[in-house]
Amino acid sequence: MFDLDKWQEITAALKKNKLRTILTGLGVMFGILILVTLLGIGRGFQNNIQSSLGNFATNSTVFWVERTTKAYKGLPRNRFYQFTNDDLLALKKNIPELEHIAPDINGWSGGATHNTFRKEKKGNFRIKGTSPEMNMVNPVEVISGRFINENDLKEFRKVITIGPRVKELMFEEDEDPIGQYLKVNGIFFKIIGEIKPLSNNMGNRDDIIQLPYTTLQQLYNYGDKFYVFLATAKVGESVAELEDKIFEILARRHSIHPEDTQAIGHFNIAKIFNKIFGLFNSIGFLFWVIGFGVLITGVIGVSNIMHVVVKERTKELGIKRAIGAKPALVVGQIINESVFLTTFAGFWGLVLGVVIVELIGKATEGSPNPQILNPYVDINVAFIALGVLIFFGVLAGLLPAQRAIRIKPVDALRYE
Amino acid sequence: MIRLQNIHKSYITGTNKLHVLKGIDLHIKEGELVSIMGSSGSGKSTLLNILGLLDNHDEGVYELNNEEIKSMSETKAAKLRNNLLGFVFQSFNLISFKNAMENVALPLYYQKVSRKKRNNLAVEYLDKMGLKEWAHHMPNELSGGQKQRVAIARAMITQPKIILADEPTGALDSATSIEVMDLLREINQSGITVIIVTHENDIAHMTDRIINLKDGVIESIVENNKINNTESVKIPLQE
Repeated sequence: MFDLDKWQEITAALKKNKLRTILTGLGVMFGILILVTLLGIGRGFQNNIQSSLGNFATNSTVFWVERTTKAYKGLPRNRFYQFTNDDLLALKKNIPELEHIAPDINGWSGGATHNTFRKEKKGNFRIKGTSPEMNMVNPVEVISGRFINENDLKEFRKVITIGPRVKELMFEEDEDPIGQYLKVNGIFFKIIGEIKPLSNNMGNRDDIIQLPYTTLQQLYNYGDKFYVFLATAKVGESVAELEDKIFEILARRHSIHPEDTQAIGHFNIAKIFNKIFGLFNSIGFLFWVIGFGVLITGVIGVSNIMHVVVKERTKELGIKRAIGAKPALVVGQIINESVFLTTFAGFWGLVLGVVIVELIGKATEGSPNPQILNPYVDINVAFIALGVLIFFGVLAGLLPAQRAIRIKPVDALRYE
Repeated sequence: MIRLQNIHKSYITGTNKLHVLKGIDLHIKEGELVSIMGSSGSGKSTLLNILGLLDNHDEGVYELNNEEIKSMSETKAAKLRNNLLGFVFQSFNLISFKNAMENVALPLYYQKVSRKKRNNLAVEYLDKMGLKEWAHHMPNELSGGQKQRVAIARAMITQPKIILADEPTGALDSATSIEVMDLLREINQSGITVIIVTHENDIAHMTDRIINLKDGVIESIVENNKINNTESVKIPLQE
C-alpha cells in the first residue's frame, strides 16, 4: 500500500498526460457526483412527503355520511342520517380487525371574526373534538401537560389542548398556558396540554384547539351524533376488508340498502399511502439507475484510457518484464493505477456531491413549503458508492492489464 | 552454461511462415566472452531472445545452467531472467521517469529487496561505472555512453551468471563503443559469461569466440587468438 515505488509508478503514468488523466477523472467524478446528488435529493423528497404525512396511521380509512341513493325498508332515497356514538361501540364489538376508531368532529370557527378570547387577546382557531384513540390514528406530540384522556370523555370535562400557534397568539412568550383558561365560543375551557400536530391530515394545523368530542357534542348540541370518523386496521389486516365490514354494520344500523355504497362515503387512506410510497420507491430506483448509468460511463472512460496507457507503455512494460517483473506484478500495477484514478476521482465526486446536497438542504431549509426536506447522503450509500468504484476500477484495469501480459516480452521490447 | 541442440524457430505472420532458426547447435561455457555475428535477418537477435528467455523455441533442446528450458510460465521465466540473466540493449531501455539509481535498483525491487538496501547497492554499482555523481539524474540528462553504462550497472546488480547484450554499441560512437566493450570484457574477466550480438566486425573481434550466423544456421565459429586479437583462426564446421 505504502510502497513508494508503486506510488511513483502510478503518479508517473498518470502525470504523463495530465489533461487526459484529468478529463478521465472528471468522467468518474461526475458519475459519482450525480449519483450521490440524485440519491440525496430523492431522500429529501421522501423526507418531505413523510413529514407531511407525519405519523398518521398508514393502515387507516375515513368514513363520512352521505345521503342515501336507494329507498330501503320503507325509507325514501335521498335521506340524511348521522353516525352515533353507539355506532362506535357496535363497530368495536363486532369487528375484531378494527384497532382504533375515532370520530372527527369540528366545532365552530369564528368565520371572519374571532372565536377565542383571553384578557385583551383574541384569535380565530380551528376547534376539533378528539379522543385518545384519535391520537393513535392522527397523532400529535405533547409539548407540555397532557393529551385528552378517557376520563375527560366520560365526564364531559371542559378541557382543551392547544397548538403552538394558539399559544403564541394567546399567551406571552414566558407564560405557561397549562392550567390557564381560554374562552372559546363563549365558554371557558381549562388548558391541560400544549400539543403539536405531527401531520397536516384531517385539518390538523398548528392553530388547533382540541377538546373531548363528548364535551363538544354536548356543548354544541350535537347529541351523540357526528359525521366523520377515522378507523385503523390491526397490523397485518386488510383495510379494504375492514371497510367492507364497517359498511355492512353501519348499513344495517342505519337502514341503508346493502348495495347503496354511495350512502356511506369512505376513503382508503392506506391505498393512497401505498401509492405514494410506491411512487417514491420508483423515483428512488430511477435515481439509482440514472446515477449508476452515468457512473458506468465514467468507468468505461477509465478503462478506455487504461487501454491507451497500456499500449503507450508496452515497451516500458517489456523492459520491466525482461529484467524480472512477473506478470502478476505488471497486472497489479495497471489495476493499481486504474483503481487509484477511479477512487481518487470518485472520492472528490463524493465530497462535491455531499457539499451540493448540503447546499440544497440549506437553500430549502427556511422555505415555508419545501419540496425537498433535509436531503442528506446516507453514509451507507457513500460506502456502497466507494466500494462500487473500487470494484469498477479493478474491472477497468483488468482488461487492459490482460492485454499487456498477453504480448510476449520480446514483442513488447520491440514495440515503438 | 548454455547448450543448444537443434534449435528451430519460426514466426507465423498471417499465412506466411518465416523459418528464422534452422537447427542451431551451440555450446557456451561458463566465463566465455562470445559474440554472435550476422547480417540483419540472419536470426542473431532471435537467438539472443531465445537465450534470454524473452521468446521460446519451437523445437530442440535448450539447457541453461544445467536446466532444460521447456515451455514455462511467464512467472517462472521472469524469475529466471531476474536471477540468472542481465540484459544490455542497443537502445539502452532505461525507464524514463526513474533516475539512474532507481533504474539500476529496479531488478532488485522485483526480488523484494528493501528500498534503502537496493538504492545503496545501485549507487555502489554506478560508482564502479564511474557514474556516482550522475545517480540522481534522469536518463534524458545522460549521454549515450552514460546511459549504456547505467544499463550495464542495471544488468549487473543482480549478480547474474550471464550478460546478454543486443548490439550494445549500436547507438554509440566508436570511442564510446570501445569504452563499453572494455567494460563488458572487465565483467567477463570477473567470471561472468557475456554474449554479445553485433554486426560490427571490430566489436566481434574483441570477443574470444565469434559465432557467425547466416540464414538461420551457424556458418562458422571463429576462435580469436587471445594474445593477438587481429589474427584469428577460422575453424570450419564439422558436418
